[in-house]
Amino acid sequence: MTARPLLRMKGITKSFLGVRVLHGVDLDLYPGDLHALVGENGAGKSTLMKVLAGVHRADEGTIELDGAPVSFEHPVRAQRAGVATVFQEFNLLPELTVAGNVHLGREIRRRGRIDVRAMERATGDLLDELGLEGISPRAKVRSLSVAEQQVVEIVKALSQDARIISMDEPTASLADHEVEVLYRLIARLRERDVALLYVSHRLKEIFDLATTITVLKDGHRATTVPSGDIRPAELVRTMVGRPVSQVFPDHLEPRGEHVGEVRLDVRGGGNEQVDGIDLTVHGGEIVGLAGLQGSGRTEIARALFGMDRFTRGQVRVDGRRVDPRSPRRAVRAGVALVSEDRKTQGLALNQSILANGRLALDAVWPLGAHRRSRRLPGIFDSLELVARGGHGQEVRFLSGGNQQKVVLAKWLAADPGVMVLDEPTRGIDVGAKQAVYRLMRELTAEGVAILLISSELPELIGMSDRLVVLDEGRVAGELPGGSDEETVMALATGAPPEEPAGKGHDRPGPRSGPSENGPRSQHEGAAP
Amino acid sequence: MNHPSLSPSPLAPRSLYSRLGTTGLVYVALVVILAVSAALVSAQGASLFTPANTVDLLARSSLLGFLAIGMTLVILCRSLDLSVGYVAALSTVVAATVMAGEPERMLLGVGAALGVCALVGLANGIVVTKLRVNPFIATLGMGLIIKGYLDTNFQGPAGEIPAAFQLFGYTRFGLLPLSAVVMLVLAAAAVWMLARTRLGHHMYAVGGDAEVARLSGVRVAAPVVTAHVLCSVLAGVAGLLLAARFGTGNALVYDNGYELEAIAAVVLGGTYLLGGRGGVAGTIAGVFILATLDTVFNVLAVDPFVKDVLRGTIVIAAVALYARGQLSRAAVRVRFPSGGRPPPEESPGPPDGGGPSAPEPAVGGTR
Repeated sequence: MTARPLLRMKGITKSFLGVRVLHGVDLDLYPGDLHALVGENGAGKSTLMKVLAGVHRADEGTIELDGAPVSFEHPVRAQRAGVATVFQEFNLLPELTVAGNVHLGREIRRRGRIDVRAMERATGDLLDELGLEGISPRAKVRSLSVAEQQVVEIVKALSQDARIISMDEPTASLADHEVEVLYRLIARLRERDVALLYVSHRLKEIFDLATTITVLKDGHRATTVPSGDIRPAELVRTMVGRPVSQVFPDHLEPRGEHVGEVRLDVRGGGNEQVDGIDLTVHGGEIVGLAGLQGSGRTEIARALFGMDRFTRGQVRVDGRRVDPRSPRRAVRAGVALVSEDRKTQGLALNQSILANGRLALDAVWPLGAHRRSRRLPGIFDSLELVARGGHGQEVRFLSGGNQQKVVLAKWLAADPGVMVLDEPTRGIDVGAKQAVYRLMRELTAEGVAILLISSELPELIGMSDRLVVLDEGRVAGELPGGSDEETVMALATGAPPEEPAGKGHDRPGPRSGPSENGPRSQHEGAAP
Repeated sequence: MNHPSLSPSPLAPRSLYSRLGTTGLVYVALVVILAVSAALVSAQGASLFTPANTVDLLARSSLLGFLAIGMTLVILCRSLDLSVGYVAALSTVVAATVMAGEPERMLLGVGAALGVCALVGLANGIVVTKLRVNPFIATLGMGLIIKGYLDTNFQGPAGEIPAAFQLFGYTRFGLLPLSAVVMLVLAAAAVWMLARTRLGHHMYAVGGDAEVARLSGVRVAAPVVTAHVLCSVLAGVAGLLLAARFGTGNALVYDNGYELEAIAAVVLGGTYLLGGRGGVAGTIAGVFILATLDTVFNVLAVDPFVKDVLRGTIVIAAVALYARGQLSRAAVRVRFPSGGRPPPEESPGPPDGGGPSAPEPAVGGTR
């Protein structure tokens, strides 16, 4: 490790809409090192990365490259300075060749025209140097696999003489054998004295690859340690364990008394993303689906709602076998989904509140829609929906919280028996969150079965009667409501269980033990 | 091609489509259509490839070709130009009035016509890129403006084309009309430009994803504006050809629906209407397919209504075919490939088939 950092970020502070997401974060990158950035959802990892990439500008703080202060107002400025970023969505053009993509914007020219051969040669040389002879510089990017495209991204960065490459969850879409290619590539990059910043949720990768680990917690830097000096369990503990800042409403009835018949029952559900899913939700019960980003939570929700399908296993709603092959079927079977992306999947943004509220009714029960929709104003009121322009106002002018209430009202009007809530409080303010929590309690009191997906562990633990923890598309175990974050996280990451000494929790352990450091342990989800 | 350790996609179907590529497929279609047409015509006791018919086919192709080459460039940039018919009409009028029948004013006339067209294209490009007006609306509006100008100022034929310039419309080298030669040369130039110049690469880049191009340091407005200018100039060349054939400026040629026919030729040639994919080579095949149909129906003296129905059907069928070929492999990791046995420690609860409800299999969606 050289004495002087190649890049030094000092006191980086960033706010969005008055909410501070980074509080004076420091970060040093050294040539040939891989610096892992870990933290829970919303800890600020992505924001920090985007500040480095020039996508966001820091409100305060400085970035020094080779000791000289720099400012990246634009991603291209950062690239020119040798800072490349490989985002999860690739910045590649599928119709251009590998060489064309690598040299896009910096084409090699000879006498005014593009020297395609020279570009292909240069790209081929780089690929060879990295031990990736398998990719032809002449292949169209469209024909490459995801892993190969990622390699192209990295080669593109290198061809711009990047000395710093930051990667956002580079393994998120790779299969196991492809991950090894990435590992090898990373080793080569380190030999070339490239400084790497690596955001990942997978603990195993972090311990395999990182020389230094920085933990972010709620926008603060919790710690920076050499990776040899920390054990996985400690790392998990550093990431979680914040003071309880939120109070969740109690059950309206004493716990246990409100649970009724089984309303949703999944046996052995599986498709390309998940496998062997057994899941039971009783009426009046909230079951939390815990797991990291990409562990299969949303995929289960999508399959239950007919957006994708389970190709194996069976689903029963209220005892009746259903095969939700379209959202319409799911709705008719009594399943509702509040999706994680309300702006693109939940709302018609340029239509009125009322039109959005009627959406599910109009679509699925055209005949009774008018009668049923008379209840909508009452539902809006009970959700305390605040719209200055009345119910004719276009939804896009509402705040996030009020938008979410419109989505909820849309489904409440359809009287679902099973509600799947995927990140129902994402991006909404505290008051609206409380309203959503109260609504969930009221619904369970009426006998609705709720499947809750949330990346905010305190919320998931505080609201759920039971927790089903997923890891890599499978059920890793089941925990009672009120379990502590570390237990959930350990199960979700496949980290070895905390030694029982020290804390002495007496809660029951997971149903099936965590798989010992599974091949692809990972860690929590990306911030929105 | 794949490195062994990188995933060789196991399900890559080597269809005719993937082996030939879209452009290859269009040329195959062209040959098939020529063969079928020749057979149909000879069944009527005539021949498709008589000198007269061949010249007719090539002459038709050259006019549509000029328009379609330019349209290809614009569409590749994810834009559109609905004003080309009006621009061509404007070009005939400008050329004929400036030339005023005098051979020595020929160059002046050509320059004036193409210059005016270039200005129109520049305006189109700036409105689309700087004012961010949807290209459909921007160029439709431009077309209407030109139409208004033409309608108020040129009721009938205007100006006169000198005989020397009319040669552009009628000269032939054997069976090959001069206009077709010019068209093919320009097409070759466009192919070269797209493949070998930075401008061409950037047209594909901007059409493919403007944001990616911008983040790679490409100035995204320049290729779009250039494409619009080139498209309008080529429409101007088409206008010159019309003027040479008519011997005079004729404002009413905008009524022929050239813009839509050019777009049809472009998409028939395999260029993606949303930009970033395709090329001029395919467009030329598309042009020849449409011209062949026209010629054949002329020879067979078929009801024009049937002709239009068939043309429409072919364009739609072609695009549907391309769309099938473009079903992209989704960029998601398949964790549990369907069909493959799930790992052994899982007992995936064999569907017990008997529910209280119908024995409808809950298992099964193939992809």
